[in-house]
Formats: sequence, C-alpha cells, structure tokens
Amino acid sequence: MFIPHTKAETAQMLESIGVKSIEDLFSVVPKIFRFPNLNLPTGVTEMEVLSEMKDYAAANETVEDLICFLGAGAYHHYIPAAVDMLLRRGEFYTAYTPYQPEISQGTLQAVFEFQTLIANLTGMDVSNASHYDGATATAEAGIMAYHNYRGKRPKILLSGSVNPHNREVLCSYLCGFENIEIETAGLENPLQTSPDELIRLVDEDTSLVVVQYPDFFGRIFDLSRLANEVHSKGAMLAVVANPTALGLLKTPGEFGADIVVGEGQPLGIPLSYGGPYLGFFSTKKEYVRKIAGRLVGETVDAKGNRGYVLTLTAREQHIRREKSTSNICSNQGLMALAATIYLSLLGKNGLKQVANLCYQKTHYAAKKINELPGFKVHDEQPFFHEFVVDCPIEAKIVNERLLENQILGGYELEKSYPGLGRSLLIAVTEMNTVEEIDYLVNSLAEVSHA
Amino acid sequence: MLEPTIYELSSQGRVGVLFPAPDVPNFAIPQEFKRSDLPLPELSELDVIRHFTHLSSLNYSIDSGLYPLGSCTMKYNPKINESTARLPGFAFTHPLQPENTIQGNLALMYDLQEHLKEISGFQAVTLEPAAGAQGEFVGVSIIRAYHRHNNDQERTKILIPDSAHGTNPATSAMSGFEVVPVPSDPRGNVDLAALHSVCDETTAGLMLTNPNTLGLFDENVLEVVKIVHDVGGLVYGDGANLNALLGVTRPGDLGIDIMHFNLHKTFSTPHGGGGPGAGPVGVTSKLADFLPYPIVEKIEEGTDELAPLYGFVTPRYSIGRVKSFQGQFGVLVRAFTYIRMHGPEGLRKIAEYAVLNANYLLSKVRDHYHLPFDRTCMHEFVVEGSWHDIPDVHALDIAKRLMDYNFHPPTNYFPLIVHEALMIEPTETESKQTLDAFAEALVKIAEEAKVQPELLKEAPHSTPVGRLDELRAAKELVLCCWLPDDK
Repeated sequence: MFIPHTKAETAQMLESIGVKSIEDLFSVVPKIFRFPNLNLPTGVTEMEVLSEMKDYAAANETVEDLICFLGAGAYHHYIPAAVDMLLRRGEFYTAYTPYQPEISQGTLQAVFEFQTLIANLTGMDVSNASHYDGATATAEAGIMAYHNYRGKRPKILLSGSVNPHNREVLCSYLCGFENIEIETAGLENPLQTSPDELIRLVDEDTSLVVVQYPDFFGRIFDLSRLANEVHSKGAMLAVVANPTALGLLKTPGEFGADIVVGEGQPLGIPLSYGGPYLGFFSTKKEYVRKIAGRLVGETVDAKGNRGYVLTLTAREQHIRREKSTSNICSNQGLMALAATIYLSLLGKNGLKQVANLCYQKTHYAAKKINELPGFKVHDEQPFFHEFVVDCPIEAKIVNERLLENQILGGYELEKSYPGLGRSLLIAVTEMNTVEEIDYLVNSLAEVSHA
Repeated sequence: MLEPTIYELSSQGRVGVLFPAPDVPNFAIPQEFKRSDLPLPELSELDVIRHFTHLSSLNYSIDSGLYPLGSCTMKYNPKINESTARLPGFAFTHPLQPENTIQGNLALMYDLQEHLKEISGFQAVTLEPAAGAQGEFVGVSIIRAYHRHNNDQERTKILIPDSAHGTNPATSAMSGFEVVPVPSDPRGNVDLAALHSVCDETTAGLMLTNPNTLGLFDENVLEVVKIVHDVGGLVYGDGANLNALLGVTRPGDLGIDIMHFNLHKTFSTPHGGGGPGAGPVGVTSKLADFLPYPIVEKIEEGTDELAPLYGFVTPRYSIGRVKSFQGQFGVLVRAFTYIRMHGPEGLRKIAEYAVLNANYLLSKVRDHYHLPFDRTCMHEFVVEGSWHDIPDVHALDIAKRLMDYNFHPPTNYFPLIVHEALMIEPTETESKQTLDAFAEALVKIAEEAKVQPELLKEAPHSTPVGRLDELRAAKELVLCCWLPDDK
C-alpha cells in the first residue's frame, strides 16, 4: 500500500543500522507497555474503505436531498467546478507552510493575493493568511485588542447579535485572562437592540467592541456613529462580516472599523458539516505588527526578481515562544486558496451578482412569508440574506413538519436565545429557486394549521 | 517576475462565472448601504486556471518529492482520502442540521473517537480542535480547569522541557501560566534532577513531547511522569510525534493525562500549504468532564434491525466551545479513512517503518555530520548543519543547497538546543532508493562544503527564485498586490 519496502530492502536497511530486527529499534520503550494489542477492526483495502465511507455518507440527508433554508453562520452557495479542480493539484495540497520560499512561491503568491482580496473586500489595509474559522478569528481580535492596551483596558463589549458561536469561542479564549471583563449587551431583547445602544456602555476601560454586519439576524445597521463613539473613548471596533454581503454592501472599513473578521466559508468552501472553514482577519496598517498568524510580504531575490516570503515572523510562537500572544501555527492555507480562486473566478461582477441574488430572493421569501396569517417577519431594519420570522407555533415544531416536506428549515433561535421559541432565522441564497421559495411559503402555511 | 498577480492579469469587463438572472421581482437595495466600488479582479475562467496552474508549478510538494521536514511528518497523502471527504453525503451536510438527519456523520465521528481512544490509551476524546496548537490550548485549558475545580488555585506554573515544540510555551503563556523551562540531560532526556528541583505544589503540569524534538524517546519517561504526578501536576503529551508510537506504545498507558493528535501528521491528511490540520484531544477518565463541547455519544444502543442513535453532549465541566460547529469534519473523514485502511497491524507497521527509515538514513549520514545525541532515534533525528573547520557554512546553506538536488530541506534551526540544527524526518512512505539518493546528496554537500563552499553559500541555483531578501520584506512591508488604479 503506502509502505514501499520489500523484505530484501528491509534486511539491507537493518544491516546498515546494525540491528537484527525492527523490534530492536524500540528497546527504549518500557517493556510492559511495548507493542500493545490494539483492539481495532482489521484494515481494509481501498475498494472496501470507499464502500464503508459511502455507507456512513448514505445515512445522512444533505442539502442536495433537502431544500435548504438554513444558514446561521454556514451558507449553501454555488461553487464553480474550477475551484475544486485547482485545489486538487497535489502541488498545492501536499505542500506545507512555505518555510522555504525558493520552492514555495506558488503558495506564497496565492496567500499574498488572498491578503489583497480580503483587504479590498473588507475595506481595510492589511489581512493575514487566515485563522481556523470566523469564531477563532473573532477571539484573536479580542486577544489583539487586549494586548494592544497591555491589559489595561480590561473590558470587551460584545453585541448580543454577534453569532453565538463566535461569542462562546471568544470567551473560551479570553475569559480566563487576568482582570478581563467580557460584557454581552442586548441578550434579553436582541431583536429590539441596535448597535447604537452599545454606545452608552463604552468607557475608558473598554478595549474592544464587537458587532456583526449583517448581524446574526441578517440585519444591516449603519455602524459609523458607533465607530466614532468607540474611537472617542480610545477603544477599537471589530466587525464580524459576511463576505458575500460585502459584494454589495458598504465595507466595515468605510464605517471606521479597526478590525474586520469573519467566516470565509461562503467563498467557495463546501458546507462539509462545519469544517474545514476559513477565518479571515483584516485590520488597519497601524496594527500590522500586532496581528497573529502568518503574513506574506513581497520582496526580491539577489537578481532583483520579484518574490514572496513569510514576513514579520518574529511575532510568532516558534520564535517568541512564551512571549508570543497567539500560538497559531497551522492555519487554513488550502481554504484560503479556495477563497482566492473563488474570488478570482467570480471577480467584481460575479460576487456582486451572487450578493444581489441572495438579497432579492431573501426579500421575496420574507415578503411572501410576512403575508401568511400568523407569521411576522422582522423587517423593521434592512436585511441581507437572512431574516427572523415569528411563527404562530413553536419554531421547533414548524421545522419538524417542514422536514417531513423535505425542507431543511431555518435556525431555531431558541437554541441561542431563550425566549425566542417561536422565531426562525431563515437564510436564502442563489441556490434557492423561486419554486423552492414558494414551496417553503406554502409548506409554512400548511404546517401552522396542522 | 515569475507570474503576474491576479490584479495584473485583470481586464476590465471580463467575466469568469455567470449566474442565472433573478427569478423573483426586484427589491431595491437601500442606497445608503451600497458600496461604491468593489476592487476585485476581472478574469476569464481560463485566465484563472492558467494562473493557479502556473503558481502550483512553483511549489515543492510531497507529490513531487521527498519532504523530510522534521516534526511535520510529511508522509504520502493517499488519494482515496480526497475522494471520501468529497462524497456528496458528507460535503453537502450543513453543520446545524437536526441530529436525526445527520446520523452518518455522527456515527463516523463516534467511531473515530473510539479508534483514537484505543490507539492512544485514553478514555475520552474530543474531535473539536482545529489544529495541533488549538489542541494544546484545549489541553492547557483543561489543566487549568481541573485544578480550579479542585480548589487548587496555587498551581501557576507549567514546566516545559527545552526539547519541546515551540507552540508549547506560547500555549501555556496564552492561558496565563508561568513557563518554567526544564533542561535536557546529556542523553537528550528530561534532566530528572532539574525536574525534581522545579516540581512543587505550584506545578500545574508538564508539557512533554515524547519522542522529543531531538527524535529521542525519553529513557525515563515513567519516572518523569511520576515526578510530576507526585506533586499533584498533570502531564500533557504533545502528540505531534505520535507517528513513532502507533501500535508501539500508548501514551495513556505511560501515564500521560492529556494529549493532542495531529491528524495532518500521523494520519496522513494533507497539509494544504499550511492547513487545515485537525488536533483532537484525548484525556484520562478523570478529565473527561472538562473536554470542550460538543462530544458525540451513543444516545441509544442499536439492535439487529436498528442502527444506534448518535447525538451531541456537553461534558459537565466543559471548558467551552473552541471553534464554530464540530471540528474540521472533512479532515476527520480523511483520517478515519486512513485508520480504517490500516487496522492494528497496519498502524504498527507505520511506526516501525517510520523509525526504520529514520535510523537507516542516520546510518548513512552519521560519518559526515555531527550528531549531538548519538542514540537510536525514533521517527526523526537531528544533526548539526555546520563543521568546526568550515565556520562560514551554516545549516541554512545546506538546506538551500539541498534544493539544487531536488529535495525539500529538513527543518532548520530547530530545536533551539542544537547548534545549527537540521531536523530530518523521512516518514515510512519513502523507499530505500529515495533515502539513498537523499543521503548521497547530504554526503555530497558535506564534501562541497569543504572544497567549494560558495556552491552552498549561493544556493539554491536551480529554483524559480534565488534567496529572497527577507529584511526588505519586513522593512517595506508590502502585503497586498499593486492595484492597476494605484498611483
């Protein structure tokens, strides 16, 4: 299979080493614990393993079998065939972190292009080479802000309409810090709370304010006043952004954000049950030395040829060790490549088109559902490709009945917001046809009567 | 210029992908929220294909040759893994689907948890962490949570041998611990006397890499673990080097309390030019309640006719969620495919041949390079990349010269405790012929260093670019492409 040694070769190798058997190489391992019998099923061939994995896969229902209106942080978008064709090039996916730039220019230039695309998409100056996902990128924003003020501004203020996973992960990373104070605002009435209501909570102890754009409920708010007020208190503003929405919408950079993070999965990465995804992180030039993770910079070789290298590595764990503020090593290189290819293929026009399709179809769905007796769509505020609808019966029951109609319904908000037991967060993308939307609307009418 | 950037290739008005026209009535987008400009490139599909194909040709990869990067376990990535991870039944599942629609994914995750437990000797496993470094973070967070749970608030120190991975000190510091280094003894083991002297009631734990970054299995591992346990500390095992131990010994049996796995090293999932990895964590039963959520459990046992029912649970004292959703699922599918193909005998064979290959390579180069710790190595070994009589030649020069022989260089300047270190890990998937050719190149380079040192100093000579000006990159800090409309 994957070990090429013949018996004769193994014998020659042992002789060269000067031992009699392979077992002799392990005499240092405590004898009582050496060569345990592993109680595992016997190995199988490639043909058999494929069949086994197909059996596991067949026990799932997928967004291809069902009609998907579920988003809440992961979105069903179309991925052009060329993305995966290029990702499957062994030259890309069987390489590692480009420590040796002379033989890694492919990866390095792709990351450099990724940094440019993300900076441009978010309206910021610089981007790093990626984080694990949107939630860990959000946590890194918190860590960066905390260290930016050397821990002297202990308060981090989160909007309650930031994706709950991002908030939970930020806490897993930061809640144990010395003197830290993490406050989440507007959790009781998230749908009645706007970002401007965070302003009164920002004070001289605040290092960072985190909001989402569009927020977890799909709503779009003007963040410029918040940004001004945050800055007037000397604090930083981080915006968790949806990259598809940025194909149409004003950038967080235009509002004055200091850090933009987000989940890059919508940029050509399969749903794949939640991973591997892509965290992006961009910021202003002045903070470039405080970013965690890898950065690629342009330079020249001795002959003056343009080339790329990992740069500012002195910030990183393998050099600064315990003085480093992040331990990130492996990132999501291949997923960043997927996003780079996706954005190159779609380009200026394609991304705009996708964003527009999402917007139009979502608003059509919202309008139709709002017309149903007993259903109320929260449309007080502009929204992008997700919206909240209050149902006449429990959201959980609505979803169970939708599933019987082969519809994967929206996210049950009660899972993250107790008290919103009748609310569903519905996502519509370019993948949903008008027929599917009409079918959803009809099914909703039907299930609420049953 | 080797290849223009996507922005330089861009041509205004060119389109790569078309999407269908809207099939719903038009809804106006509020003007005040519209962005004025979207500075993305405009390319055709073929432009994009050629660009990235050209870029890929500038990379060295496992598929193109030996990649003996110490501590990274750059083994062959079986192609079947790519096929299984892309099965539509996996790739098109949404992470928030109801559990009853996703029993295949949950069963696979449960089975992978069980396999990892058996391989490592731990009683509980989480698949959540995204990479080895995040697995370490989880481990250290568990150490902190465990001591706090026991009202043991004075434990502020994490001990880290100087032969540990670079992420270990960063992880401990991130979690608020004071890092106390522990030196190695002359045989490359943890120095027991030194360990004794720093172990006390303030010790939260020890982060042990075994085999360590010298490629050596600690000869006193049981004693090391006991010393830390005796003062009430926990022992974290860095599983980055697990490839040497598959079927050879189980870290849990050795008394290790917590360990992360690097699925992208030991279990052959591709490194992807820098990720994604996956860093599941195994723990002993007393720490199971502290694992991050979610964990997959069998909620109802199956019967002859009925499959078991799987679902997610949250451990009682969980340290929380460490990433969105439930782990790097696509990576988990690849690793499970690999483990299933091997079975217990195949797994042991992996470790045996990884160690055989490393020792064989060592036997071929030992007369030409100085060996700071002369012992049987495990899956990797470290030599000095310099010679007393040729003071101008450094490890970096040897690394760069190897490229001219069409090999990826070993890890250099790590571990820090070896002068001019070259850390070499061939892995089990390399043939004797490949190792012979690599050894020959190393021997030849040692010869060149004596007679023609400039060949090394100016290397590489045959790569797409020569040595790059890293100082300039850091000073000028150009991190984004030049845009056509820039001044």
